[in-house]
Amino acid sequence: MGHSKAGAMVCGAVALAGVTAFGCGGQGGGGAAAGIQPQQMADALYAVIAADRATYAGQVVDRLVKENAIKATERFKEEKTLPLPAQMLRMGAEHAQKTNSSFSYALLSQWPINQQNKAKTEAEKAGLKFVAENPGKNYYTEEKIADKTYFTAVYPDKAVAAACANCHNEHADSPRKDFKEGEIMGGLVIRIPVNK
Amino acid sequence: MSTRTSILAWLLLTGLVGGFGAFRLTSPDQTLYLPDQTSHGHHQIEMACASCHTPFGGVKDDACTNCHGEQRTAADSHPASKFNDPRNAGNLEKIDARRCVTCHVEHWPEGTHREGHTMPVDFCVTCHADVGTERPSHAGMSFTTCSDAGCHNYHDNRALWEDYLKKHLGEPVVLASAKVLPRGVAMVAKGPKSLAASNQDAPRTVAFSAALVSEWEESAHARVGINCSGCHSGTQGEWVNKPMLTICAGCHTEQNKGFGLGKHGMRVAAGLGPMSPGLARLPMRAEAKELEVGCESCHGGHSVNARKAAVDSCLGCHDDEHSRSYQRSPHFKLWEAEINRTASPGTGVSCATCHMPREKSSSSAAVVVQHNQNDNLRPSEKMVRNVCTSCHGVGFSLDAVADPELVRHNFAGRPKKHVASVDMVEKRAAQGKR
Repeated sequence: MGHSKAGAMVCGAVALAGVTAFGCGGQGGGGAAAGIQPQQMADALYAVIAADRATYAGQVVDRLVKENAIKATERFKEEKTLPLPAQMLRMGAEHAQKTNSSFSYALLSQWPINQQNKAKTEAEKAGLKFVAENPGKNYYTEEKIADKTYFTAVYPDKAVAAACANCHNEHADSPRKDFKEGEIMGGLVIRIPVNK
Repeated sequence: MSTRTSILAWLLLTGLVGGFGAFRLTSPDQTLYLPDQTSHGHHQIEMACASCHTPFGGVKDDACTNCHGEQRTAADSHPASKFNDPRNAGNLEKIDARRCVTCHVEHWPEGTHREGHTMPVDFCVTCHADVGTERPSHAGMSFTTCSDAGCHNYHDNRALWEDYLKKHLGEPVVLASAKVLPRGVAMVAKGPKSLAASNQDAPRTVAFSAALVSEWEESAHARVGINCSGCHSGTQGEWVNKPMLTICAGCHTEQNKGFGLGKHGMRVAAGLGPMSPGLARLPMRAEAKELEVGCESCHGGHSVNARKAAVDSCLGCHDDEHSRSYQRSPHFKLWEAEINRTASPGTGVSCATCHMPREKSSSSAAVVVQHNQNDNLRPSEKMVRNVCTSCHGVGFSLDAVADPELVRHNFAGRPKKHVASVDMVEKRAAQGKR
């Protein structure tokens, strides 16, 4: 299992560098001759995205805010502060789109502050509902968008710190004001095109 | 006429027309290939077809971003990368927001709006039809009003976000701290490197007046040790009477970069000749029509006078109502007071104060004069953030730039328009939703 996961991680990194998932590592990804499966790649991408965000939230934002060195605010450019962890993730998603369009990821919610981040597709709606109602479980499906088929994975996104819940509860545009630390606030949706 | 004669005549005619077309293709005058009038933003470089087009007529992918990329990435709330996500495919079927030319069709004068886009004015409805549900304050508003001054701007909403407006509620018309940034380079004092008239190193064969040397002696160039040869030497060290723009750009890199992106220098940047008031679409003074716009035309060749460049040079060419009204405006009175040293530095308002403002790219960066005069225009409310609010309250500033008559009269008077966005923020704050 460990080997499989490590292989998937390497493959995910190669995919990030511009190689599509299905050309990646016939001998990698758990040794499967057919190459890495979409779910493995999605899980690997999620592991990297989640690890980077947790590291940024803990080692940069929380640490520096506690030290009173700097604040983290929504209007970070204007206010010369740090971007919020969720904004960092979104910026990364947009940046990845500029360099590689073989996969995409987005942070969505049933209760988004920005309505552009609510579920649009049926898979997104079903996935966000599933992860909210089934703590600890991910949602995997295939969907067709504009004649292209995608493997779509939805991972639960929790309020990892009290600050996450507080900010959403206090924000004027938030449709939900009773989040608690540790609760699921939305989901990370990863899409990988599949050849069908 | 026999068939053979007809074929020969057809071949001859085709050859002549083709030959003429091919000859004109190599000519600097490309008018023959201009499909229709270009927009106000591009008319200066319409003879540099290759700036935007591939040899066979398509628009290059990077044609727009080569010039507009940096300003678009600074604060763009609708970057193309946002729309690459497949979840936006539905929106892209209605408007392909990944491509600049979807909304900015060139050579289409009858379809081009004031701000340079060619979409129907209510294009926001395509993706934001339910804004009235999300924002009750917007319910019932017409989608033709989204981009009115003081409201939204597709690429740059810097002046308009709610927390910013909330922070500046109730500000007075004129702030107690009314002052612009100080000059990046203070008046250079004479020092060990300073040169005097007796040090000038122009060759004996070159004729010049004593007045020119005197102007140079008093300039910042002489004070920091830049001699005649510093600007007048060619690539082989030969004397050059009229130094090229590249000589100035060798030291004044940032200024030159801005100059090439604005209306004054975009022709030079595109490899065409310098801009001349005679080529402009805006009203210009008849006596200035032959002038060539470069560093010297505004700053002077030897005195290098920033104050001259801040007002006199502008009014020497520009002859529109806004420019002609300046010397009757309160801003000009403040400028006169600063020049006459009856008011402190930074309190005067020249043409350059607003159109070529002093800027800092970050807290630690030096103050640099933005030489792209178009950077905070189109739409003009961009000016609110980096110019107007140095001295005025945000609400007053938004109202002022939203009033076209007041703009024409160069802000002599009070705004007759009122932008409702500040009121909306105030109302929401009062409701205690936050």
